[in-house]
Amino acid sequence: MKTVRSLVITGFGINCEEEMGAACTLAGAQADIVHLNQILHERVSIHEYDLLNFPGGFSFGDDLGSAKVLGNKIKFRQTESGKKLLNELERFLSDGKYIIGVCNGFQALVKMGLLPNIGGRFEQEVTLTYNDSGRFEDRWVKLRVNKNSPTPFLKGLQTFDVPVRHGEGKLLFADEEVRRKVIEKNLNCLSYADSDGNPTAEYPFNPNGSELNCAGLTDPGGQVFGLMPHPEAYLSLYNHPDWARRKRQNPGISEEGEGLKIFRNIVEYIGEKYVE
Amino acid sequence: MRTQNIHHIQLVLKDRVFDVAGVRVREDARKYLHIETGGVKSAKIFALLDDLTPQQVHDFANLSLKDKILHDVFINELYTNPAYASYILISKLPGVTDDEGVSAQKAWCDLFNVPFDYSRQWIFAQEMYYIKNDLSAGDLQAIAEELLGNPLIHHFEYGRFEGTITYLPTVHIEAEISNKTVDIFVDDDALLRLSKDMLLALDLNEMQAIQKYYRDEKVRTQRREAGLPELPTEMEIEVLAQTWSEHCKHKEFNALITYKDLDTGEEKQIDSLFKTYIQASTRLVQKRLEEKGNNWLLKVFSDNAGVVRIDKERVFIWKVETHNSPSALDPYGGALTGIVGVNRDPLGTGVGGGKLLFNTDVLCFGPPQYEGELLPGQLHPRRIMSGVVKGIEDGGNKSGIPTVNGAIIFDDRYRGKPLVFCGTGAVMPSRYNGKPSWEKRIDPGDRIVMAGGRVGKDGIHGATFSSLEIDEHSPRSAVQIGSPITQKNLSDFMEKAVRAGLIKASTDNGAGGLSSSIGELATIPNGAVVLLDKVPLKYAGLQPWEIFVSESQERMTFVVEEDKMEALFALAADFEVELSDIGWFTDSGFLDVRYSGQKMGYLHLDFLHDGVPKKKMQAEWRRPRLSEPILPKAIDYNDMLRRLMGSLNICSRETVVRRYDHEVKGKSIVKPLMGAQGAAPQDAAVMRLGFDSYAGLAIANGIMPRYGDIDAYQMSAGSFDEAVRSIVAVGGRLPDPENEENIFWSVNDNFCVPDSLYHPQTNPDGKYKLAQLVRMNEALYDMAVFFNIPMTSGKDSMKNDFIREGVKISVPPTILYSMVAKMPDVRRAVTADFKQAGDLIYLVGQTYDELGASEFYHLLGELGANVPRVRKEDALRIYRKMNAAHEKSLLVSAHDLAEGGLAVALTEALFGDGTLGADININDDSLPPHVWLFSESHSRFVVSIDPQDREVFERLFGEDAVFLGEVRNNGLLTVRCSGKEVIRQKTTELLDVWRSGLEF
Repeated sequence: MKTVRSLVITGFGINCEEEMGAACTLAGAQADIVHLNQILHERVSIHEYDLLNFPGGFSFGDDLGSAKVLGNKIKFRQTESGKKLLNELERFLSDGKYIIGVCNGFQALVKMGLLPNIGGRFEQEVTLTYNDSGRFEDRWVKLRVNKNSPTPFLKGLQTFDVPVRHGEGKLLFADEEVRRKVIEKNLNCLSYADSDGNPTAEYPFNPNGSELNCAGLTDPGGQVFGLMPHPEAYLSLYNHPDWARRKRQNPGISEEGEGLKIFRNIVEYIGEKYVE
Repeated sequence: MRTQNIHHIQLVLKDRVFDVAGVRVREDARKYLHIETGGVKSAKIFALLDDLTPQQVHDFANLSLKDKILHDVFINELYTNPAYASYILISKLPGVTDDEGVSAQKAWCDLFNVPFDYSRQWIFAQEMYYIKNDLSAGDLQAIAEELLGNPLIHHFEYGRFEGTITYLPTVHIEAEISNKTVDIFVDDDALLRLSKDMLLALDLNEMQAIQKYYRDEKVRTQRREAGLPELPTEMEIEVLAQTWSEHCKHKEFNALITYKDLDTGEEKQIDSLFKTYIQASTRLVQKRLEEKGNNWLLKVFSDNAGVVRIDKERVFIWKVETHNSPSALDPYGGALTGIVGVNRDPLGTGVGGGKLLFNTDVLCFGPPQYEGELLPGQLHPRRIMSGVVKGIEDGGNKSGIPTVNGAIIFDDRYRGKPLVFCGTGAVMPSRYNGKPSWEKRIDPGDRIVMAGGRVGKDGIHGATFSSLEIDEHSPRSAVQIGSPITQKNLSDFMEKAVRAGLIKASTDNGAGGLSSSIGELATIPNGAVVLLDKVPLKYAGLQPWEIFVSESQERMTFVVEEDKMEALFALAADFEVELSDIGWFTDSGFLDVRYSGQKMGYLHLDFLHDGVPKKKMQAEWRRPRLSEPILPKAIDYNDMLRRLMGSLNICSRETVVRRYDHEVKGKSIVKPLMGAQGAAPQDAAVMRLGFDSYAGLAIANGIMPRYGDIDAYQMSAGSFDEAVRSIVAVGGRLPDPENEENIFWSVNDNFCVPDSLYHPQTNPDGKYKLAQLVRMNEALYDMAVFFNIPMTSGKDSMKNDFIREGVKISVPPTILYSMVAKMPDVRRAVTADFKQAGDLIYLVGQTYDELGASEFYHLLGELGANVPRVRKEDALRIYRKMNAAHEKSLLVSAHDLAEGGLAVALTEALFGDGTLGADININDDSLPPHVWLFSESHSRFVVSIDPQDREVFERLFGEDAVFLGEVRNNGLLTVRCSGKEVIRQKTTELLDVWRSGLEF
């Protein structure tokens, strides 16, 4: 199996690059953390990589709306030779490669039109805005995986726990049409769930009031995957707020966090594709 | 006003979108101001001040600003709607940080592919609220000033909206560059007047010392030869005042104190509290450690923060300080600037560029439900609290630094001035290119480079700036708003630059600005030349001395070798960080400050740093005459417990804690709230350091100001003990010079006291207050040398009084000990909550009749006299046993006892899972039930163990542990004292009471 190369984008207030890089490394990929300007200045090419990571953070302070300025930069700012990075991302995807965005990274993907991209034209179809509570909140939630969703990132997962840490995670669809198509194509790959694992609109299980209780989206091809919660913050059992009780009740419990599975899935999937 | 075009772009939320901000204003106006708005609609405005084409403005509005799902866009013709009778427009005042405006400028540059221009702000963000009801000007003003903004930093317009707005916070200053001389050869009265008029805050002795310097023949000759006037320049006087300020020189902590104990008649002289207690204790501990080969204490009391060794590859840097006065004026800006400010301390220690690992915050407020009068300029405690919490939230979250531990203390005496303690820990490689990272090396010829934000009038003379001197286009200087995002870019850049070997040393620009940062660095090579005309400004019109002392935020000063300059500047361009080459270091012995080739200041470094005369102060101690209260005959323990759980100083901090990102970086192992429902409060925080091993740290704070009402010594000792036992609870080991374990402990002590300088009229009890301060220091010394725990850094804040109209509100003398200890394996950490039915519960430590200043007495409206005493020998024995129990993995849970004593600790330990209960039997009637349950004796824990470990555990602890009972799965807490049931409460009901105590 070829080594999967993973690029983690950073800079301008992105701040989860280290754990995102660690997630990729622990999953077996070779990860590089690179400032966005290195790409815009064409010192690093995204095409050298198989997996592109947009980590969480507060890019540009979330001024003008979460990830808005970052998304605009990727859409409009020309690279050294006059290309636009958004077009490079389109090429990256047409080469059959994969993109993941978490929290601020997910917000950027949504605002650039990479998710859910039902129309295939990279235009914004949904948005992420202020939580109904009006507050930033850090709390752990349970997610339910849509078993029919087309993305390899979530293979084999049914429910899992992860922390949310955002003030703008409420997902809104542009209109009924987009909402309908998202449901039809199973692009709403993750839902906030109650303690029994059933999708719920009830606060705080659904921490922000998202439509469809949606916590994450994929594009129709399953290549682009984004979510508000932070799987990269659950790489180890010891990240979970209840780890000590779980360990007391089950001393032999695995020390690996459930969030790592997502990264293992994609690294394995890409690796196997190369074998084929 | 210049005749440039102004364009307004307005974003209004579509009707289908839930208007969170509007709803918040409606609800808060109703709840706190009793004003019915009828409904509020929020909108954002960007004012663009430049010659732009309509097409450009249209494209920018629609492509860069608008979210098509959320917004309708209005350009130049603003949204009006007859359904809304009133409006409020909020703009920043000139010169106030406007990150949104700057980000909009960056978005503009990205859209049109032009480079960003740092030199000019031309997009300004404004907020607008449309209000349904036709409110009076008074109501609108109240909503504007009490809910939405602060007149110190905002401009408000309100009334009926006519469709246009005119205000723009542009800065215009007419000023000619000057450097006047100051006539200091005058009599004493005139000297004092000079100090007052120039806002120098220097006393007569200090003014005379300056006078003497300029009269010195040698100085006169040197000045003549250097081409400077005989009299001091304005620049020099300002630099001296900055450098000699209490803030920078800690004159009271270095004063000569005469201390009288009026109870015993003893009298002693203390030559510097700092040297006698803080420094001496740490030096002694260091000597003991190093004699036994423990060499982890690398840097103390010098540089921006203390440094200890984690292992061969890494060092740990840790600094905690306060930001009280700014937080009283503008709570949000004060706290935000406090947290991003303290971030720069570890960032600028040694070579610099440490990776910021965590923040802590400890906050002291007046009660949020306060209903009394407010003095002019005094903000309501609820408002201070919500502003400070928001500031800590943005400061930490937007910088990507987890806020992992803290405390909130409520006391009526903090309603004049809140205390805001901000701390940051960082990890740095122990070597950069083979050289120790924590050392600052500077040679003559090295360049001085300023990095980060630009310089404005921010923070010049702070809060004393007279309102008469401010017109509507004067930049605000008293209050600053930090920009976490500017600093995040700067710290990302520094991390790369130091690792590439491009920076030789660095320091932060905080209090005193460049004058202080360069003034201090210059002592290493013994001289510096500064070219102030090379410093980039936010706006024109600053005097050279203002540039030098400005406290504009998000700036660092780097020491750079000539041949590294080009590479450093290239790297900075990549990170979009602005750098300026503003001078070089020398060995001339002088701080030589120039502007456009002319010497503006020329001060001997020895005089600048060592010339300040010693203060003399008087302290008198008399033990307060207090007695124990007579308690009601029948105590309803169920009721007492419920009231305690819901009381302000005990109830859950969840409403605050959830707003802080406490797990960004993915390294948080023990977080503020744990357990199945994320409800159980913890003692120390535990973090791992990286993803390649489980080595980590435990982090805790100790603070208990109310004990000082009885005895400041026991208050300080108790606070120290609280921090230690919190770390011991999670599994931290005490330092042990006898064993070469290299388990570091790093402590920041922070003193916040009221004015302690005796004055017969204005401060008649100043001698007692100073005696309290002395006793706090004595306890620090005794505890530090007993436990071999060194102070590595600290701070003092000496004038925490709020004075208006003859009323003085003074904080109680307060000390915070913030401690960090190394944890070799965080997987062995033990959390505070019970885990499983059947586990056995013990009380570890000795309980005494010590309810003085307890929460229990407080509920009864009493202070009492028996303040908890720290019994060091007992504490050490118990902690060693706890260490051994951790080593043997005997502990399933361990929670330290603090406010509310045993009853509260037991209850909190149940919150890990609402289905758990505990069956408790106290069969020792040597103490009455209220003492067992509510005494706050120190050095105690509630622990639970696996029943199969019972014998080993009891053998280890002997008389230091009392068996209390068993964890049950019945969701019920029952307590029997000598067979009689005193408490029977459902866990979920206690949890509800505890969780709803702090809504704001």
